[in-house]
Amino acid sequence: MAFLNSWWVYSLMSIIFLYVLTQSVYALLKAKKRAIELGFSKEQINQTISSSMVFSLAPSVAILIGLVALTKIFGSMIAGWRLATLGAVTYELPAAINVINGVFGRQIGDTLTTEMVITAVWVMTLGCLPPLIIIPFFFKKMSLGMKKMREKDQTWNQIMMDALFIGMISAFAGYILAPKTPEGEDPYISVLGLIVFATSAVLIMVLGYLMKKYKWEWLKNYALPVSMIVSMALAIVYAGLGVR
Amino acid sequence: MKRTYQDQLHVEGRLWMIGALLLFLSAPIILSIGTGVWPTFAHFIPGFIATAIIFWPVTTIEVFTFSPMLGVGSTYLAFVTGNLTSLKVPAALNAQDALGVEKGTDEGDVIATLAVASSSIITTLIIFVGALLIIPLTPLLESPALKPAFDNIIPALFGALGIVYISKRIKIAIVPLVIMMIFFPFVPGSGGLVGIMVPVGVVISILVARILYKKGMIS
Repeated sequence: MAFLNSWWVYSLMSIIFLYVLTQSVYALLKAKKRAIELGFSKEQINQTISSSMVFSLAPSVAILIGLVALTKIFGSMIAGWRLATLGAVTYELPAAINVINGVFGRQIGDTLTTEMVITAVWVMTLGCLPPLIIIPFFFKKMSLGMKKMREKDQTWNQIMMDALFIGMISAFAGYILAPKTPEGEDPYISVLGLIVFATSAVLIMVLGYLMKKYKWEWLKNYALPVSMIVSMALAIVYAGLGVR
Repeated sequence: MKRTYQDQLHVEGRLWMIGALLLFLSAPIILSIGTGVWPTFAHFIPGFIATAIIFWPVTTIEVFTFSPMLGVGSTYLAFVTGNLTSLKVPAALNAQDALGVEKGTDEGDVIATLAVASSSIITTLIIFVGALLIIPLTPLLESPALKPAFDNIIPALFGALGIVYISKRIKIAIVPLVIMMIFFPFVPGSGGLVGIMVPVGVVISILVARILYKKGMIS
């Protein structure tokens, strides 16, 4: 399977990375211009950019763990392409397993043939296409409908937006209670996950208090990333104390 | 006739997205041409059905769930770069809340786009560098000492995000939270169902919000 590390695979994947980066930079510059037109200050814009970048550091590094797992099947560049576009490791890994294990009866880490890898790439690519088809053809109509609804009742629009986020947050708050099933062990609910969840919640409340008391406006943008990174670091400490 | 800013976003967004679609589809084709190996019908179809039967509905529902949260500008980008729940949506939310802009407005949309674009740039660069340096990075990433931190990224993210929104809209949050907290611990294999449960949670919370709003219990 030397092709996984060949110059042409590296070139092909680099083109995809470049495309995604170009689209991101283009969107950033266009939004920056528009934000100035809408009356946002340069300081507000720059803080939004920098805090979003800081926020993205820890989850992005966490994606690299999925990259290590997928690299065992696809080599690092194809694995990187799959994780930097469209889905997430929660989609890519099950899709790969459906082919490697479900179709060919092999395990990740076994010696795989080119046919197995190519089949998996085809399945992963075509298995999560709907957004790339639905959005270009139907999203405009949908967003116009949303706009009409907003104009009709501004208060309900704000409540509905909050409800959308609460729905997502509820699902992930419940997910933390999902039993973990390590190989060869009984399922257990992660107390560590619950403590990290509580730690992060307490941290952002403390930061909110400090922001109000000392008028630290600059902290507003960084409260979420700071709470997240500190509670992840504390997870290491809690685990060291034997919590799991 | 001059296009409005929103129209421009749709035209350009469609072009970028169709470009991405063609590029992503060309990758397996070029890999097959380069290796001379094409998937056989007998191997492709069962793998594809097993995957698409779950992920086509899930990713379709994601469009309707996340695009109102993201707004016009960032939807076209976020669905190309992926990682919506752990990166793009929280980044947009954090940025909008920090500046106190209303979601679903032009201001909210533009701030969400700044956040999603910045997040996409960082993530793409980190994954690209990670892919190039995977051999020296693997021992560090697989280090048992760091494992608890990476295993707990979701609690670390949603603890902070959750408390802000739950305390802001506690009346709306109670019902979906209770349902999820009953569902996940007691349903076997529920850990793999979070992608499906997000839209379920969204539908429940919108229904609850609508009832409370109509009864005048929230404003």
